[in-house]
Parts: sequence; structure tokens; C-alpha cells
Amino acid sequence: MASFIDFRNPPGSDRRADNAVRATAEPRWVRRTLIGIVLGFFALFLFLPLAVVFQGALAKGSGVLIQAFTDHDILHSVQMTLVVALIAVPANTAFGIAAAWAVTRYRFTGRALLMALIDLPLWVSPVIGGLIYVLLYGRRGYFGPWLSAHDIRIIFALPGMVMATTFVTFPFVARSLIPLMQAQGVEEEEAALTLGAGGFQILRRITLPKIRWGLFYGVILCNARAMGEFGAVSVVSAKISGKTNTMPLEIERLYNDYLFPQAFAVAAALALLALLTLVLKTLTEFENARQLEASRRVTLETTIEPPSAA
Amino acid sequence: MAHKKHVLPGFGISLGWSVTWVSLLVILPLAALAGKTAAGGWHHFWETVTDPEVVATYRVSFGISLIAALINGIFGFLAAWIFVRYEFPGRRLLEAATDLPFALPTAVAGIALTALYSPNEWIGKWLEPHGIKVAFAPLGVLIAMIFIGFPFVVRAVQPVIADLSADVEEAAACLGASRWQTIRRVILPPLLPAILTGVIMSYGRAVGEYGSIVFISGNIPFQTEITPLMIVQKLEQYDYTGAAALGFTMLAASLVIVLIGNRLQAWGNRFRKHA
Repeated sequence: MASFIDFRNPPGSDRRADNAVRATAEPRWVRRTLIGIVLGFFALFLFLPLAVVFQGALAKGSGVLIQAFTDHDILHSVQMTLVVALIAVPANTAFGIAAAWAVTRYRFTGRALLMALIDLPLWVSPVIGGLIYVLLYGRRGYFGPWLSAHDIRIIFALPGMVMATTFVTFPFVARSLIPLMQAQGVEEEEAALTLGAGGFQILRRITLPKIRWGLFYGVILCNARAMGEFGAVSVVSAKISGKTNTMPLEIERLYNDYLFPQAFAVAAALALLALLTLVLKTLTEFENARQLEASRRVTLETTIEPPSAA
Repeated sequence: MAHKKHVLPGFGISLGWSVTWVSLLVILPLAALAGKTAAGGWHHFWETVTDPEVVATYRVSFGISLIAALINGIFGFLAAWIFVRYEFPGRRLLEAATDLPFALPTAVAGIALTALYSPNEWIGKWLEPHGIKVAFAPLGVLIAMIFIGFPFVVRAVQPVIADLSADVEEAAACLGASRWQTIRRVILPPLLPAILTGVIMSYGRAVGEYGSIVFISGNIPFQTEITPLMIVQKLEQYDYTGAAALGFTMLAASLVIVLIGNRLQAWGNRFRKHA
């Protein structure tokens, strides 16, 4: 329950109040030390690595930057990353909506299993996310002989990279929608149904507007992972610069070739994407919390008194 | 229970779509993993997973990541605590930055950490004269694992700290407990399940991690090689059954880790409701 003591702003000027606060808050020197320790940890483990990326990209001046982003192979890797994300993200968005709808709107046998399988890519090694497709479609995989007889390349080519990326990114949209849709309930959808709306009408005009922020949240996380995935894609890509390298793979290639400024230039571009993702994510979290609160309030009000005719 | 007829339309299409997608992306490929593992035979499987070089990677992937997870347990708890309880300039920024390891591509993190800790670089040049080798040594693997696992503990612990009711702390203080006693005996016990859940989740992530580690570790056999790297090497030699055997083993290990995490979470939730 609500406390009378404001943890964040314990009064410090009044000595008697200070004595009272001492019992439920740490002394000022402890607070300062803890904040200092955490700040140090963040600086060492999070901010310095980020700083070193941008420093590495800018160290040799803008000439190298311009040269890097006019280089054919690097540009091709940017294009590959965009193509892979452009296929994987919409596919997983559609899947995420369908899965969240099925899981939150109905009770059926195997529902728990479906939810567990949706979570699976979050806890397996990304390398396994590439491995399993090699075992299916690789040269010595189950479908390998048939595929090579028909001259279809999946592994070491775009389809395999899309599959591996889709595998590691498919939980994000579903995972951010399921708790939201569960909390929001189905009253509006059912009301629309009684008013004669069809399934897709309900989805387009009731559900999608209701979940738009949660959906956006899932999509940006999915996209960040899709564009940044390394482990799974490195297993299924032939890693040929200018052909099958995405940006993270191109970073590895440049780095191993000792082309550090170029490697850091590509890394800085991905780091900017990560920062943008964090900003959008933080903003969306606020909006999401606000909307969830609003929907709770509406539910509460409507259950207490029937809405007026107006 | 009598099945209530589904009121909202779209059951068939949404479930059908989900099941097809999950089958194609997860179930069929996992079946291939199990199939290839079995195709190699028991003997081959055992020989692969007990190969001395592979066994040395377990020490790194399962051992060093445990140390990383425990370190994250301490710092993650501290971070969550000051985020909820203290007000200081930059708190919001730190909170948002917590998720950086989730958002930053692992390859970027990998080359950044390597650059920081290489002998002639920012931090490396200070450590080198003292004989501390981080990049291309086990310590580097530890650093990378701390980096990628950190957000899990903060995210697991923060909501639980926010949920703690203040009256028990006030009661403890009224009964004459010192602040340290209150923390140790009143605050920490209900937080323990959440901290352990976060530690286990960050452990699970570090066990499977690949991208950020392979750059900084230098991949020295019997020293800094990780198990996922063994899978990659087997695939490069077209040893599918060997790769499958290792993949299957890692999958089983990860499953055990995630199940422990789920149990801990359930335990913690029960604790929360009764509190």
C-alpha cells in the first residue's frame, strides 16, 4: 500500500526528519556510493564500448567514412541487411498478430505448447538457429540432394539467411502483443461483432488501433534484431563480400582484414540504429503504460456504471 | 470442461497460420536436429561431446558464463535498486541505456569490446603493464558475457522492488531494526527469487552467446573457445552429425536452464502474492 515516506526524496535538511528517514532509507553516503558504483559499471560496460565505436569510425576523418559508404561491397551489405529485414520483419509481424490473436482470444489444447515454442528462439543459441536450417537444406542436409538436383540454393544464399533471421526474430512481435491483448480484453471486439462487423473488420478497425503501440514496440525490437543478427546468419551465409554479406558479417570481414576504420564505420551505422531503437522503445513504453492504464480505467468505469446515452 | 464455443471469428485462420509458421520454422528444423543427431549413432555422439577440445569449451561456455551471471546478479540488483529508490540526475538515461546490450548487434559489441581491451587500446594499455590480459584471454570472454547478460537481472528485479510494500520496512524500523538488518532480513528475502531468475536468464544468454565473444576471445583452443564455435567449425568441415550432436547437447542444456528459470519465477510470483 501507499507509504507516507517518499523513498526517492528523503528530506535531508531537517535533522529530526533525517533521523526518522534513516530507518527506511540508506544514509546519504551509502546512497552516493551505490549510485557511483552503478554509474561506474554503466560507464565501463555500456558507454565506453559505444564511445569506442564512434571514435573508431571518426578517427581517420570523414574521408574514410565517405569512402566506406561509397564502397560497393559495403553498400551491398547494407542492401542485403535491408532486404533480409524487409522480408523477415513483415512476415513475423503478420505471424505475431495471428499468434497473439489465437493465444489470447481462445482456449485450445496445445495452447501452452504453442506459447513455449514462440519463446524458444529467445533462449537457444543463435548458432543453433542457423544450424537447424543447414541440417535441413544444406548440401548434406535432408533436402540437400533434392534441392541441388533442382538447382535451388537455400543455404549460403538469401533464402537461408532470411529463414535464420526469421527464426531468431519471430518471438518479438508475438511476445509484446500477448500480455497487452490479454490485459485489454475482448469487450470491444464482441460489441463490434454484435453490431454485425466481420472478422477482418474487427481486426482492422477495433483490434489494430487498440494494440498499435504494442505492435510498434514489437516491430522495432524485431527489426533491430533482424538487422543486427550475426550468429545465426553467419552459419547459413557463404560470407562472400559483395554477395551474401549482411552488415554484421561485413563488419567481421573488414575487421579480420584489418580495415578497422571501415569496420567501425559500418558498426557505427548499426550502433546508431540501436540507439534509435532504444529511444523509440523508451517512448513507446511510456505510451504503452498510459494506454494500458486508460483501458483499465475504461473497463472499471463501464463495469461500475453503464455508459450514458450521450 | 465443456468447450465454450469461440465467440470471436478468426480461430481457424489465426491458429492455422501460427501453427504452420511454427511448424516450418521450429518444429521441422528441430526434428532435423534430432534426426541428424540420431543418424550419427550413439558412439559418434559420445565421441563428439566428450572430445577433449569440446570439453574444454564447456568450461568456458558453462563456467565463465556462470561467473558473469553472478557478477550481473550483484550489479543488476544494485542498478535496479537505485532506479526504483533513488532520485539522481541521469537516472532516466541509465534506465534507457540498460537495454543497450539487447539493441546493439553482437558483432558491434564484439569489435567494440575487443578495441577497448586490446593491449594498445583505451583500457588495455592500462592493464597491460600490470600483466592483466583481457582481449584474447578468458577475462575477455567474461567481459563480453557480463555485457550481454546485464539487462536480464535489472529487468527481472526492478518490477519486484517497485512492488515491495513499504509498511514491512517501516514495521521493521519501528521494532528497532537497523537499516542494514532491515535490508538483510526484510527486503532481500522476497527479492531473492527475482534476483536468481535474472541470474539464470543472463546465464542462459551467456551460454549460447556467439557474436560478441568470438571477436574478443581470440578463439584459442583449450583456452577461450566456446561451444557454439565448435558447432560452426563442425559445419565448416561438413560434419553435420557432429554439429547436430553438439547442437542437441546445447539445446538440452539451455532447456534445463530455462526450466529452472521458470520454476524460480513461479516461486517468486507465489512469494509476491502472499506478501
